[in-house]
Amino acid sequence: MGQGSCGCGCGQPPLTTLSPLEGPPRNLTTTITWRDVLGGWKVRWGLRRMKYRVTPGLYRVGMPDSGSPVLVTANYKLTVDTVRRSLAGLDVWLLVLDTKGVNVWCAAGKGTFGTTELVRRIQAANLREVVKHRELVLPQLGATGVAAHEVKRATGFSVHYGPVRARDIAAYLAAGMQATRAMRRVTFGWKERLAVAPVEVVAALRPLLAVIALVAALDLFRHHGLTRNALTGMLPFLAAVVTGGVLVPLLLPWLPFRAFAHKGAVAGALAAGALLLWRPLPAVEAAGAALLIVAITSYMAMTFTGSTTFTTLAGVRREVRRALPLILIAAAAGAILQFTGAFI
Amino acid sequence: MRYLLNGHSLTLDAALCNGCGRCEEVCPHGVFAVVERKAAIMDRASCMECGACRMNCAMNAITVSAGVGCAAAVISAMRRGNTGAEACSCG
Repeated sequence: MGQGSCGCGCGQPPLTTLSPLEGPPRNLTTTITWRDVLGGWKVRWGLRRMKYRVTPGLYRVGMPDSGSPVLVTANYKLTVDTVRRSLAGLDVWLLVLDTKGVNVWCAAGKGTFGTTELVRRIQAANLREVVKHRELVLPQLGATGVAAHEVKRATGFSVHYGPVRARDIAAYLAAGMQATRAMRRVTFGWKERLAVAPVEVVAALRPLLAVIALVAALDLFRHHGLTRNALTGMLPFLAAVVTGGVLVPLLLPWLPFRAFAHKGAVAGALAAGALLLWRPLPAVEAAGAALLIVAITSYMAMTFTGSTTFTTLAGVRREVRRALPLILIAAAAGAILQFTGAFI
Repeated sequence: MRYLLNGHSLTLDAALCNGCGRCEEVCPHGVFAVVERKAAIMDRASCMECGACRMNCAMNAITVSAGVGCAAAVISAMRRGNTGAEACSCG
């Protein structure tokens, strides 16, 4: 535990405001500073998202003693911040697993928030000496990676799955480790959908800039200077990225069809209609713009499956197999129509 | 919200079940309930096949073809010619 680097093998020093001390449990405050808030915003927008980590190990929150509860979490700093903020006023131990800077649910899906790592951390922290009881509270969403009965067999510690959301921890502990039905359910409200939307927008940003540069270059080549045509050529792409990246997540429950590619295509068709009403184009270019918008929004909607809380792998496989060829054809046809249309 | 093929691969062998209630505890979508000391699938259509129930069933009474429903992972596996070995590669 604690060799000065975070111990995850990435070779990077831990990027954290928490002090990475060796040996005994470290203290963890429950207050969130402006720096934490700013850091959270940065990773939501994809800036150094995979390097936002906390040193794994056992932490002291408040003034815990040998009878205090032991909570377990992942070492994504955004996760640790959410957890420690929700622990204000409590005296607990927090065992941070090395999930390579990934949140609990995703890490559990990969197995890094898993039985092996948990057993190893319990032993490394010498937890049997630190507390008298033999109970652990894990986030419910960690269950995908942890087999409670195997942890019990290997360490003697009984696993209690706590609430899904950190903000319910205090109520869960106060109720004697009893979760209400609501605490056990994953939700995906509009705030949660918008919070994860930037990932898709950022992923689309680089191709978007490349296309904008290409449209501008073509315009320069044809007209020996930037004209209004350049803006007209860029608009479908901008509309598609805003629609696919922001409107689709926001309107997800109200878009028809279950397949995300279909949801995205519907949103894209509406966006294309609105754009063409606002700025009419000749027929060939209009068809090209509409096809491009629908292809992009459909693709972006499909990749949003990974950010949601209810999609199945089997369903995504089927959807990708059916929709991806059509999306590629629509994109190619759209590009040909739009650019040839512009030359006619 | 419902998706495609929700819960299609989920099976529960009541004969093996000891009624411990772990599946009900870990399921994020309320698919299970323990009725008369046996688990039962109450809401299959909400199942996202995450695999938490199977992972925590000490009696091996549950099977499910679990995985992460992420198109980016599916597409990158297809490009590697590796469908069936989808690995999520982001945080």
